[in-house]
Amino acid sequence: MTELARTPLHGLHVELGAKMVPFAGYDMPVQYPMGVLKEHLHTRAAAGLFDVSHMGQVILSGPSWEAVALAFEALVPMDVMGLEDGRQRYGLFTNDAGGIEDDLMFARRGDDLFVVVNAACKAEDVARMRAGLPDEISVTELTDRALIALQGPKAAAVIEDQDSRAAEMRFMDVADLALCGHAVWASRSGYTGEDGFEISVAADEAETLVRSLLTHHGVAPIGLGARDSLRLEAGLCLYGHDIDAMTGPVEAGLTWSVQKIRRASGARAGGFPGADVVLEAFASGVTRKRVGLRPEGRAPMREGVQLFDAQEGGAQIGAVTSGGFGPTVEGPVAMGYVTTKHAEVGTRIWGEVRGKRLAVDVAALPFVPANFKR
Amino acid sequence: MKFTEEHEWLREEDGLMVVGITTHAAEQLGDVVFVELPDEGTTVSKDDEVVVIESVKAASDILAPVDGEIVEVNAALTDNPGMVNEDPQGEAWFFKMSVSDASQMDEFMDEAGYQKFIA
Repeated sequence: MTELARTPLHGLHVELGAKMVPFAGYDMPVQYPMGVLKEHLHTRAAAGLFDVSHMGQVILSGPSWEAVALAFEALVPMDVMGLEDGRQRYGLFTNDAGGIEDDLMFARRGDDLFVVVNAACKAEDVARMRAGLPDEISVTELTDRALIALQGPKAAAVIEDQDSRAAEMRFMDVADLALCGHAVWASRSGYTGEDGFEISVAADEAETLVRSLLTHHGVAPIGLGARDSLRLEAGLCLYGHDIDAMTGPVEAGLTWSVQKIRRASGARAGGFPGADVVLEAFASGVTRKRVGLRPEGRAPMREGVQLFDAQEGGAQIGAVTSGGFGPTVEGPVAMGYVTTKHAEVGTRIWGEVRGKRLAVDVAALPFVPANFKR
Repeated sequence: MKFTEEHEWLREEDGLMVVGITTHAAEQLGDVVFVELPDEGTTVSKDDEVVVIESVKAASDILAPVDGEIVEVNAALTDNPGMVNEDPQGEAWFFKMSVSDASQMDEFMDEAGYQKFIA
């Protein structure tokens, strides 16, 4: 077994009493002494601080913004050219079959594009960008930067207290801020459904910054366990589970992320990997869709639970891709794929748990209303 | 109180065996969010899966520690699974069972033995 990598905050996690687990090749905190349930509720009520330094941070540079944006549009079905300076978008790397290779965030920083990708995919993503972008576009992985997230209704007050410019930021804005004396790249976004910030900071300054942030009233460190239940309640996909190389943007319910300009009859339609397949899915529909699932009883329906159209007999119509207990919902919540015929909100289906078919209803996502600053 | 290698505790009470999970097990499981109890009157054999426990992290089982019959279950756990974390070795007992073969009790550890087992 290869040795696990460590983020610049590893020592602090251990000091704070975190339970460390392997995740995407890193030794990461799954929970702190507070525990997953309380960490989840704390984030929705106050502010949770997450170490997401395992994620990949990449800068794309070129002769001009237009050159960088147009080149990147060859890899993603998003409107990159139309991104204003200081704004961020959600994106997808697609493959030739129209499946999703990874999901990502990309932000315009002047003429550069700042890309954040999933930890488990980052080596492949960097290789994909190096291979798929012209020589004039440089691809620089920022291995000397940490990434943290401060999420929850009290996050803004903490950040604004340090830098009043943060008050001007809306959801998906990015800006350079000075936090506790550290120059950071902040974006008003996150993975919890709450208002908050993701903050890129020099690796050797990360621990000092985090220690300062943790002294603020209402800020607590939050592990990967609560990160997962928070994003699940927020209806956000986890790559490798809710979306993968065999899943396209249309069946994944991510059509909103593909701007009209990249769709059929758009000014820059297609031109990304698998465009024919993806655009055909837009035109003709898909046979299965990602849906929210709300089990009737208290039993969680976890990833892999098979879904049926009848309590007895019937046919398998899908499977759960993410599921567990939603602390804010105070009950089990899940996401999964079902045949389009069963994808309408309110449809009663059954999930097989330990040999028993339990009732579950197709539900609207998110389970918890988003609390973004628009 | 006796302890099993599956991190259950057993306490004798009015001729029945009261069964729960240890504080150590509850800590390892994390926040318990779902408990499924057996029907009272069920006849069980040692190592039958009798209780399902789901925490925020994963599902696990409690096995019948000995042969016997489930006489009573702690229905309060169904509505308030969090009791398992709050008071695992007290209020949050799972079931009371009769014991068919008392010699099956001989293999279990005492408190000191269990502490050594988990150390």
